[in-house]
Amino acid sequence: MLDPQLDADGNLIHLLSTEGLSREQLTRLLDTGASFIGVSDRDMKKVPLLRGKSVFNLFFENSTRTRTTFEIAAKRLSADVINLNMSTSSTAKGETLLDTVDNLCAMHADMFVVRHESSGAPHLIVDHLRRTGRNDIHLINAGDGRHGHPTQGLLDMYTIRHYKGGFEGLNVALIGDILHSRVARSDIHALKTLGAASIRVIGPQTLIPTDIEALGVEVHRDLEGGLKDCDVVIALRLQRERMTGALLPSATEFHDRYGLTHERLKAAKPDAIVMHPGPMNRGVEIDSAVADSPRAVILPQVTFGIAMRMAVMSVLAGGGA
Amino acid sequence: MPDLKKLPDAEHQIAALAESLRPIFEQAPDTVLIGVFTGGVWIAERLSQLLPSHPPVGSVDISFYRDDFSERGLSPNVQPTSVPVDIAGKPVILVDDVLYTGRTTRAALNELFDYGRPASVQLAVLADRGGRQLPIAADYCAWQVELPEKANLVLARTPLDNPKGQLTWSLDDA
Repeated sequence: MLDPQLDADGNLIHLLSTEGLSREQLTRLLDTGASFIGVSDRDMKKVPLLRGKSVFNLFFENSTRTRTTFEIAAKRLSADVINLNMSTSSTAKGETLLDTVDNLCAMHADMFVVRHESSGAPHLIVDHLRRTGRNDIHLINAGDGRHGHPTQGLLDMYTIRHYKGGFEGLNVALIGDILHSRVARSDIHALKTLGAASIRVIGPQTLIPTDIEALGVEVHRDLEGGLKDCDVVIALRLQRERMTGALLPSATEFHDRYGLTHERLKAAKPDAIVMHPGPMNRGVEIDSAVADSPRAVILPQVTFGIAMRMAVMSVLAGGGA
Repeated sequence: MPDLKKLPDAEHQIAALAESLRPIFEQAPDTVLIGVFTGGVWIAERLSQLLPSHPPVGSVDISFYRDDFSERGLSPNVQPTSVPVDIAGKPVILVDDVLYTGRTTRAALNELFDYGRPASVQLAVLADRGGRQLPIAADYCAWQVELPEKANLVLARTPLDNPKGQLTWSLDDA
């Protein structure tokens, strides 16, 4: 079956998931991101690449940071950005998702950036665009349910490559709430394709999906054991707003067993970097002392995220990788 | 069409170009060389070595400023643009290997002005092959040559990754 991200010639025209992207496509996106880093460092933080294009941010689920970084990325490419807060708009009045999309197409949208609480919603829109022959409109998944958050995955890969030079031989650990984390899935697929030596997921049984080993990762219940010889440590946010059942006794208890502290990080390599997709719960999944230490590269992740989103937008709009 | 075996020596042409640029750097020592990727950067670096004052060299990749992005998309190997000195108020010499349609120069000028307002910009090229589609002309040119539309004149460096590598012309009539 055709990967819905690709056109008939195999070019990347939508970004739905890091799953299915080849090593060449991932590398090209990372290389393109590198060339956009300098643009944000200039006094004049704009290039004219997407001048005249209209990028619609469709956020069916609240997010300030991701929406803002997409907005900044689009504006630095000279596109016009229209932010739609879908939770307070026509969907609330009963319009279906695809009717909303049709309306925005009629407004001559060139690109959609979609966040949705349901896994697969961006796929549904891409299928609809294909069925209705709107192959000139591109879509970027900005996070769908528990499924994927591919631009976060890409910016994490960019960060790792920036600090570690590559992926070969790297041991990477993802800690905490894997169950609700679309970031974890996006990272795992990309790390696999890029050739990391080992990928470990560490957390309590209740927060680790039962089928996760099928993705080719090691599962650890014990934090120090999982961190042994790690080069990259990614702490994930404890998504308490998504927890419906009794998955955790308390945030304090989680911190006692899985919170990232300097003491526990001694198990990792001395030059291991610490990442976090944000927003952080200080004192829950990560200690303030770690978050503010030189080994934490959490703020550079944000900066790289803008460049990577610029790269994705221009590669898609330019006919793909 | 010129004989493929008798293409001029690019290194000699660069030396001649450096000689013709020398008075500028004597008069205005703060002049900056900005090369256009890839060949223009090689030439600008060579010029800087040859000129007595060794002026600073910047490099621009015009991929984000092309006028054919919607037709051709983004180049797979965009290089980071690097302008190491503040060009505002300074004379700039833009350096490229081949001047053809003028579209690359147009894009490079636009990019340059996003880094500041230079006192002046002059264009130095190794080869001017005619075929202009925009009102652009070189101020300094080592080699004027008329080539058919399909011919592809390319500056090569051997070895590619060595800044001291030999610069040579190649021509194919694809």
